[in-house]
Amino acid sequence: MKLENFSFEKDKDGIAVLTWDMPDRSMNVITESVISELNLVVDEVISQSSIKGCVITSGKINFSGGADLNLLSQGAKQYEVARLEKGEEAANVLFFENSRKLSVLYRKLETCGKPFVATINGICLGGAFELALACHYRIMSSDEKSKIGLPEIKVGLFPGAGGTQRIARLMPTGDALQFLFRGEQLKAKAALTNKLVHEVAPTEEMIDRAKIWIISKGKAQAPWDMKDFKNPSGKVFSATGMMIWPAANAIYRRETFDNYPAAKAILHAVYEGLQLPIDQGLLVESRWFAKILRSKEAMAMIRSLFLSKNELDKGARRPKAISPVALHKIGVIGAGFMGAGVAYVSALNGLDVVLLDRDQVSADHGKEAVNKLISASVSKGRATEADKQGILQRIETTQDYLKLRGCDLVIEAVFEERIVKAEVTRRVQEVLDPQVVFASNTSTLPITSLAETSLSPENFIGIHFFSPVEKMSLVEVILGKKTGDRALATALDFVRIIKKTPIVVNDTRGFFANRCVLNFIREGHIMLREGVPPAMIENVARMAGMPVGPLSLNDEVALDLGWRILNATKKDLGEKAVDPAQEEVLHFMVEQEGRFGRKNGKGFYDYPAIGKKSLWPGLSIFAQENFNPGLIDISEMKQRFLCIQAVEAARTIAEGVVMDPREADVGSILGFGFAPFTGGAISYIDGMGIKDFVVLCDRLAIKYGPRFTPPELLREMAAHNQTFYPETNSVFAA
Amino acid sequence: MPEAFIYDAVRTPRGRGKPDGALHEVSSLGLIVSVLKALKERCGLSGEELDDVVLGCVDPVGEAGGDIARAAVIAAGYSYRTPGVQINRFCASGLDAVNLAAAEIMSGQHELTIGGGVESMSRVGIGASGSAWPVDPAIAIPAYFMPQGVSADLIATKYGFSREDVDSYAVLSQRRAAEAWSQGKFLRSIVPVKDINNITLLDRDEHMRPETDMQALAALKPSFSFFAEQGGFDAVAIQAYPEIEKLNYVHHAGNSSGIVDGAAAVLIGSRQAGVKLNLSPRARIRAFANIGSEPAIMLTGPVDVTNKLLARAGVRLEDIDLFEVNEAFAAVVLRYLQAFQLDLEKVNVNGGAIALGHPLGATGAMLIGTALDELERRNKSIALVTLCIGAGMGTATLIERL
Repeated sequence: MKLENFSFEKDKDGIAVLTWDMPDRSMNVITESVISELNLVVDEVISQSSIKGCVITSGKINFSGGADLNLLSQGAKQYEVARLEKGEEAANVLFFENSRKLSVLYRKLETCGKPFVATINGICLGGAFELALACHYRIMSSDEKSKIGLPEIKVGLFPGAGGTQRIARLMPTGDALQFLFRGEQLKAKAALTNKLVHEVAPTEEMIDRAKIWIISKGKAQAPWDMKDFKNPSGKVFSATGMMIWPAANAIYRRETFDNYPAAKAILHAVYEGLQLPIDQGLLVESRWFAKILRSKEAMAMIRSLFLSKNELDKGARRPKAISPVALHKIGVIGAGFMGAGVAYVSALNGLDVVLLDRDQVSADHGKEAVNKLISASVSKGRATEADKQGILQRIETTQDYLKLRGCDLVIEAVFEERIVKAEVTRRVQEVLDPQVVFASNTSTLPITSLAETSLSPENFIGIHFFSPVEKMSLVEVILGKKTGDRALATALDFVRIIKKTPIVVNDTRGFFANRCVLNFIREGHIMLREGVPPAMIENVARMAGMPVGPLSLNDEVALDLGWRILNATKKDLGEKAVDPAQEEVLHFMVEQEGRFGRKNGKGFYDYPAIGKKSLWPGLSIFAQENFNPGLIDISEMKQRFLCIQAVEAARTIAEGVVMDPREADVGSILGFGFAPFTGGAISYIDGMGIKDFVVLCDRLAIKYGPRFTPPELLREMAAHNQTFYPETNSVFAA
Repeated sequence: MPEAFIYDAVRTPRGRGKPDGALHEVSSLGLIVSVLKALKERCGLSGEELDDVVLGCVDPVGEAGGDIARAAVIAAGYSYRTPGVQINRFCASGLDAVNLAAAEIMSGQHELTIGGGVESMSRVGIGASGSAWPVDPAIAIPAYFMPQGVSADLIATKYGFSREDVDSYAVLSQRRAAEAWSQGKFLRSIVPVKDINNITLLDRDEHMRPETDMQALAALKPSFSFFAEQGGFDAVAIQAYPEIEKLNYVHHAGNSSGIVDGAAAVLIGSRQAGVKLNLSPRARIRAFANIGSEPAIMLTGPVDVTNKLLARAGVRLEDIDLFEVNEAFAAVVLRYLQAFQLDLEKVNVNGGAIALGHPLGATGAMLIGTALDELERRNKSIALVTLCIGAGMGTATLIERL
């Protein structure tokens, strides 16, 4: 038996140890070759009478991250070939058989007659944890870094190698569904409490303990293969079942708005599977898995949230010629809400920070905000007291620009006023080498014009954080006309250190994310003016896949800010650049009613001191008499919300503001929560087909106004049958 | 097409559907047997004449399972040659049983049938027969399943009925039911339930609380808010009706139908069948209809099915003298009144299920008798009986005195 990915050794007691240690990889992953070698191993264990049992362990720091997404590409490619050659049903059969290879292998291991033990060190996720679940005994390392989990749902998939069936037979149904839905990772203690592992031990003792188990008890039979096995929650159709399932179905809808087929597939697989013997249950799970694997949502989510995001995280847009920039200490100027956030994430990731404001009190105030953030993290158990002390020690507060000396990068987050920013730029350059990259966290002012106040505009760049900084994982890196490669490399290296995802955009009013978001908010205003009930605007936006409705969002970012932007736009670009319906709504809210949003406790919503916010009854001024909500086309409303953002995203590409569709997609999901199941604003267009999208936009433009008119780029692409991404199937080949 | 005539209608009193209810000791079979026996005696049936007995039962399991209609026929002393069939369309089962029994006559295939229903909610329990609808993701999710009480609160929210509106209606139901009893209005149809020694167990509806007033109802907490919020059903309601910001929870035990035990039967036949038995017909079944309605809000079917029925039968709303709209929840009736702008003096004039209780599979057949008795008392002509139905349906029947 020749193995590349594993070593296989038998000891004197007849216990085999299979060590998973793939060459040329830092992390074990499940590949075609791993599957076939595991098959060989199981055959070997079965056939060698001298082998009593087998311990599966990892030769790396982590057990394994799960299945290689390349594995999926094979099936998708083969499907297309088979469909053309043999017809649809035959192709479906082939795809189904291929997609359940792992599940069949695990079941073979589970029923081979000899005990298997998994010893879990470090990360053990997805298909790898499903392997462990198929083993008869699981020992998990007590190390803090050890984690098990089934995170497939996060990329639009679900655990399809027995995960849903074995989890639902180990945990009470409600807990099992929650574990599968959330895709969360558990540490050893929680895994043990939930009976997902049998034993927790120090890493170095795990193999010995595994051997002891095999010798002393080692029963090669899963609980669900025993005659008297009962599901933890009993039968589906029982009083207990009635407490679980109706609510599970409702909660699925509450959490997903029925937009995520993979989450629904979990419900189906568990509901159907629990009424069947394990083998039939696995079969049903495989049927759903094959279906989900070929779904548009899974394809789009894998592409944007896994592949593209990873590529951007690893510096896809970084100028290759520039060697890595050593960053040890950064300066943050302006210790307000944003500045404190930037200081926090920087110190959290090991950077020394000089936090500067116009006076010491203000600077200290910023550090106090950091203290609050990290203390909250400590009280939630996400960080230790030592982490907290380390972070606070790394942040030095000052009002003295000389303290910036030694900084490798300076980021300003001061008031959005040109004169203030110019003053900061000047004072920094007085004390620092102009070669030190200077970044502005502006969200509204063009970088190119700000850079004009710098002695070295090639070292001037925009790093636009989203609020709240500690939660939002996207950063827009904005290139001014003269921004040089070294500045870009520095910015990207910094973003990588603070573990955020960068997109690189060219300079324009609103950059990328805000342009799309402002369109979304404006559409809400226009609908309100049309007489659509405000609750319907908010609910349908969420049903379309947005995290919050446009009116809520506007309340958060402040209505008076929107009103100021509108007036500025009108002044700069003329009367026609603003929408009269939006102008009317904002004028009424801000000028007439003094409702600025959450910040003054009244916006589109009322914010009572106690209890939940609720829509302001005064919005009824926009209501239309005898309005029948039943006549509203909900699916068109959803399309309006997504289209108005997607068409803006397409414009940013047409204008060269965004240069890579991956950045528009990842940026739209991470930056403003654009319906993740679509794969992002550009994938939404691609997924619909550019032709259909153009038709839809034209229809909406006729009905609702020219703001929906698609850019010429889309018409040309439609005419030439082009797509933003190479054809669907090659997605998996990435 | 032959006409189907109603020759008689009987029902048990409704016993409180709890272990301390007077009919709890009576089995489902015992309940239906008592009305079938009464019908046999009152109409002088030998038991040989019947072509079919159709009975509604919503939870036909355990003692009510396995085609209770056939068991009832034999146990009630009818001929073994009389077949029986049990049907289920949830809350309208009893009315659908009457309609199907009538359809057997109208089709010319049968001469004499019984339509009725039985439910011992205290013994079998609501939901005992299970259902894919709330449980199986394949239907629960696309159908926006939510418990009926949440759907009722959704009706109240969507159509603007306040807590005061629904409570006022509940007080009216109680008052009307109490008056009806005090004036003996139910006596023609009531069959007291007796034990084996001929001792009366119950001869009067047991669920009523005539003393109910607004103050008493105001003290009750909404029944469905906790479950709606914890179980995610409020979100389901809002996704089905996104114009709603939040549900207004107005329903509670005092303005929802009572859980009770009971049975009812209606004797239906052709004109010749009546002649043979020397019975005069009390009314004809003029028309009936079934419909599916939007399943999330679930309980608005009476409006849809009434529109369908009237159009088909060529009857105008104003031609109808009396309405029986099952009081599953107060908002169901209020919505019906609102949709047709009806005069409250024509609707549920002797109270309804809020006061009297709703023995699921039997209620529809009971309402036929209640409507017919009142038509006769008022010397009026046409009554419409309708019920809302789980999973979003409606059944309605028009009866007309001769």
